[in-house]
Amino acid sequence: MERFRGHVLVCAGAGCISSGCFEVEKALKASLAKHNLTEEFRVVETGCIGTCDLGPLLVVYPGGVFYQKVEPQDVEEIVTEHLIGGQVVKRLLYKDPKSGEELEKIDQIPFYSKQLRIALRNCGQIDPDSIEEYIDKDGYKALEKALKEMSPQDVIQQIKDSGLRGRGGAGFPAGLKWQFTADAPGKPKYVVCNADEGDPGAFMDRSILEGDPHSVIEAMTIAGFAVGAEKGFVYVRAEYPLAVQRLTKALEQARQRGYLGEKILGSDFSFDIEIRVGAGAFVCGEETALIASIEGQRGEPRPKPPFPAVSGLWGCPTLINNVETFANIPAIILNGSGWLQEIGTEKSKGTKVFAIAGNVNNTGLAEVPMGTTLRELVFDVGGGIPGGKKFKAAQTGGPSGGCIPEEFLDTPLDYESLSKLGAIMGSGGLIVMDEDNCMVDVARFFLEFTQDESCGKCTPCRVGTRRMLEILTRLTKGQGEDGDIEKLEALGNLIKSTALCGLGQSAPNPVLSTIKYFRDEYEAHIYEKRCPAGICQSLLRYEIVAELCQGCGLCVRVCPTKAISGQRREVHVIDQELCSKCGNCLSKCPFGAIRKY
Amino acid sequence: MGNCQCTTKASDPRWQKLDEILAEWRDKPGNVIPVLHKAQELFGYLPREVQEYVAAGLGVPVTEVYGVVTFYSLFTMQPKGRHTISLCMGTACYVKGAQAILDALREQLGVGPGETTEDARFTFEVMRCMGACGLAPVLVVDEDIYGKVTPEGLAEILEKYE
Repeated sequence: MERFRGHVLVCAGAGCISSGCFEVEKALKASLAKHNLTEEFRVVETGCIGTCDLGPLLVVYPGGVFYQKVEPQDVEEIVTEHLIGGQVVKRLLYKDPKSGEELEKIDQIPFYSKQLRIALRNCGQIDPDSIEEYIDKDGYKALEKALKEMSPQDVIQQIKDSGLRGRGGAGFPAGLKWQFTADAPGKPKYVVCNADEGDPGAFMDRSILEGDPHSVIEAMTIAGFAVGAEKGFVYVRAEYPLAVQRLTKALEQARQRGYLGEKILGSDFSFDIEIRVGAGAFVCGEETALIASIEGQRGEPRPKPPFPAVSGLWGCPTLINNVETFANIPAIILNGSGWLQEIGTEKSKGTKVFAIAGNVNNTGLAEVPMGTTLRELVFDVGGGIPGGKKFKAAQTGGPSGGCIPEEFLDTPLDYESLSKLGAIMGSGGLIVMDEDNCMVDVARFFLEFTQDESCGKCTPCRVGTRRMLEILTRLTKGQGEDGDIEKLEALGNLIKSTALCGLGQSAPNPVLSTIKYFRDEYEAHIYEKRCPAGICQSLLRYEIVAELCQGCGLCVRVCPTKAISGQRREVHVIDQELCSKCGNCLSKCPFGAIRKY
Repeated sequence: MGNCQCTTKASDPRWQKLDEILAEWRDKPGNVIPVLHKAQELFGYLPREVQEYVAAGLGVPVTEVYGVVTFYSLFTMQPKGRHTISLCMGTACYVKGAQAILDALREQLGVGPGETTEDARFTFEVMRCMGACGLAPVLVVDEDIYGKVTPEGLAEILEKYE
């Protein structure tokens, strides 16, 4: 790689692909060819760099100059000015929204400067289709170390000592899971990677598989050595075709190089990995349901114990960890357990990747040390709320999590603090909501999701979530009654304590946490028939402000239900009985004479 | 199944391909879902006839195959349109206004989620998060991803697909 004068990284994460990064890459290659620079600058297609809404992204090395929102027609200027002339193209740099200053280098940008990347260490840095680049970044060295210098028990001890906890949801100590699987009697044993990232709003596992597939392969192989398994499965969502494609290619490369297969690196240990693609069922993220799905059955969970470590795939001892957990493993083996111990809080060691989305300036993936506060994540990394609006809540943990209000912005993000607030770490989805989001509607949204995804096996989840959804739907339609909040609380607590699996047990969380922190909004919906955020359509009222109305008649023409009447050049009125609350009149009125209440 | 269907099957290369898939997977554990994925790729959907054929080919009861097909949302027993529109209704997309996109699509297509337009041009589906939350709201047509979609911009997107 040294023979190149420089590298241009093109982000080819899912976000940038939809923003058109391949056209930019094509233009870049054409321009380099035109200037006879193909031999001097290498174009590297990487996985997700992180700041999805700034795409397409180019990063130029040496220097790490970060170009954002690059269009194909900008490329020629980058090549002539920067690559040939050595002058950075200022107009394509990221502008700090606070100071207005143009920031040249990737690590100056607040989104990146607060981060500490362990699981994402190679994402956006290397070409995921090239095993050579992974090897250049110390790839497969951890596997070599484990096989040549350590016993299986040494490996397990190191993971235990590191304090690593599962990154998929509940935060169970990873090393203990490894120990249980290793100790369980019976053969064969299996290693399963849970890549059924179903929480809406979380996309770190997708980015790791697409941006650094070899780290997961290496970690699973180390796990196989530690627990005594010869076969692994990666269970990926069907919604992630690019992840499947890159992982498939990476598996072939690893086999060719002898990192997978018979007698790996000259040892007596043999291991191989197969990909299984899901078919669209959220519940399959639950480990026992996932196992049933790999076995080819309906993805219904079963009671635990026995835990998969004892009786998993086809009744055999099975180690199951999620993608992000695995991505931490090679770094821990190489750097030692003490190294991870230094990062994070007392009970939550290391880092966590958060997928920041919703009403926030910088959306994307950010990996920060455990214990970083919610405020730092939303306002420093995320850059705050757009449009000068007010922060209202952050939702963590997807449909199993809860909403955290403004007063807890300084909460350190770790497993314990989050569950104390009625939320959970979950897989790390973080949806930021501003004053325009209605919390009752958000709770209804999540219940609609869990109700729809409930597998139907146990009654509390199948029937209970449906009854909760019915109540919430009534509230958003202005048909709430006195006692509804109490009913939701009672039903929610009952489901939590009686449902069969994690999906059902956590389904009421979004409702209970919003009732806890935003009870006044529920009360406004029930007693005042009012939606304070102006979201619940049935509770809205559109009115014409007499002083501002010019009687132009534009609103009459766009009203689909003929609810607006009035003589030309005179004040118009809206018939509330006929109004369907579509909002057409509001968006069309040139005089701002229509108000929404 | 009568003779007539068998002759149709013999002349239809899709059934021969299905035979090859069945032969490849027959002895592998956990084969039902991978085979159904491939069968759906081949036929576009999973009618009863295909399910019965897969069950017989893998030596499992047809009830088991039917149970799997009806459990997973990506398996469908209805033929699809020429193009599939999937609107993301994940959390990030929802808080960024995906409901308005859904309403607009319903109006422009004349069908709701899970349905296919009469001219078989579009099948309209709703999905739960495709992991491009930074670009919410997101719409996928066939393999093409569209980010930051607005109700006004829909017509321009739909135009590209005949």
